[in-house]
Amino acid sequence: MTFTMAPVIDVAQARREAGPVQREVVFDIQDLAVNYGRATTAISGVDLDIYRNLITAVIGPSGCGKSTFIRCLNRMNDLVPGAKIDGKILYLGEDLYGQGVDPVEVRRRIGMVFQKANPFPKSIYDNVAWGPRVLGMKQDLDERVEKALTGAALWGEVKDRLKKNALSLSGGQQQRLCIARAIAVEPDVLLLDEPASALDPIATSAIEELMHELKRDYTLVIVTHNMQQAARVADLTAFFSLEVDETRRSGVLVEYDATDKIFTNPSDQRTEDYVTGRFG
Amino acid sequence: MSRYRRRKVVNRTMEVVATLAALVAVTVLVIVVVSVALRGAGALSWDFFFKPQALFGQPGGGIANALVGTILLIALATAMAVPVGVLTAIYLTEFAPKRLAVPIQVVIDVLAGLPTIVIGIFVYALLVIGHTQSGYAGAVSLAIIMLPLVARATQEVLLLVPSTLREASLALGVRRWRTVVGVILPSSVGGILTGTLLAVARAAGETAPLLFTSSIFANTVQTDVTKPLPNIPVLIFTYSEQADPALHEQAWAAALVLMGFVLIASLGAKALLARSRKRLAG
Repeated sequence: MTFTMAPVIDVAQARREAGPVQREVVFDIQDLAVNYGRATTAISGVDLDIYRNLITAVIGPSGCGKSTFIRCLNRMNDLVPGAKIDGKILYLGEDLYGQGVDPVEVRRRIGMVFQKANPFPKSIYDNVAWGPRVLGMKQDLDERVEKALTGAALWGEVKDRLKKNALSLSGGQQQRLCIARAIAVEPDVLLLDEPASALDPIATSAIEELMHELKRDYTLVIVTHNMQQAARVADLTAFFSLEVDETRRSGVLVEYDATDKIFTNPSDQRTEDYVTGRFG
Repeated sequence: MSRYRRRKVVNRTMEVVATLAALVAVTVLVIVVVSVALRGAGALSWDFFFKPQALFGQPGGGIANALVGTILLIALATAMAVPVGVLTAIYLTEFAPKRLAVPIQVVIDVLAGLPTIVIGIFVYALLVIGHTQSGYAGAVSLAIIMLPLVARATQEVLLLVPSTLREASLALGVRRWRTVVGVILPSSVGGILTGTLLAVARAAGETAPLLFTSSIFANTVQTDVTKPLPNIPVLIFTYSEQADPALHEQAWAAALVLMGFVLIASLGAKALLARSRKRLAG
């Protein structure tokens, strides 16, 4: 299924490559709202499309529902007691929250990397190999592990100590190991929830370079509170903000556009205030 | 006296009182250990461990049959209690919805506090009346005592496993059960063993349920679990009621052996727990 590029992407693409480009819509999100319990609304009225082989960044101030949003995309919010999701998320045309959709299968195809590196207390090799092994992808396991670690730009650093405990790696290496673990099961999409927020600048730039590599094979969605990071890595940027009125407070999508446009010429005053550092 | 002085004095007094209380607790324990050792050590010998009980009225003899029986009873009870206890804990921490977890938790806590004589009489009514006393009846009663201890201990270590590890596994598209088996159990196996060892130590010394279920036993080594198995707690109990002072000494010696076993089990449990904590922390 392909769509003609939405106008927002033309802006991004026009500066990078000339000519008409067609991009497949991976996620078609319609009027998404998430409530935790009866009282708390995390996000509401979110409409946006996410395109294949692009990096989409989600930025916004703390508490605006960025993480809630990204966790809807692979049904990780199912694990939160009391979370209620309204609206629609179509993944390649299929309703992610439709009847008969198995969240486990969803997560199998839509991988996730978390804010805090969370390797298993196993060896480096087993961290990567465990997912494929459990999911029945046992053929050429060694090659698969090497490929995933290479893909996560970690192979060179760990190839001589694959049997060592993963917890002996540095923070940045652990996070890249988590990325390797996620891509070892060959997902279709990779969701990254503030993957570099706990890392130093060198490790951060390693992760960012890696994202550019990964984009060739995967569709990436990254949540970040670091605007420079979004500006550096993302093709498209969605700006979320917290809307407060007398009765409730809720995260909303303010603006979604090509990254260049969001940072240089945003259409919404709130976006401009945020990206110029006037608030948030 | 100024307020400042008063608070200082109160603080000092309470510190002394608390220290004294701790001393009393340790002293009591030391007196128990020392008196058992003093009275029992004389009877310890190779024969004591490797010879079965002497025939009635004859000198010598050991506790080999009771030792073997106790080991068998504990092994059987552990084999019954650990799987059920661990699975119960897994259910409670990983699967159960809250409205089920809370009542089950209450039941387990009540079971942990149940007087062991009640468990003994229950198993007696269930498995002994109409049959005979037997090793497996004894093991069942010990298993009932161990079950809540194992479940509780397991639950506590499962809760120590960071939720980020669960998320990491689930985000790979791995089912919950595989997550439990592949990620959660391996990181908590040390803690589960600790809980098991403590439960074993506790069950090893239980006497009341065995009086009902496995107390009329032969003075030879018995490995048939359908017959009553000789065991150390009941041996201590019956020897202490005899007139013969040599048997009294053997009872003390058997108590010393039991105590030594509990001590070793507790130390082992502690070491295992320390190891598994370290493992999770990296």
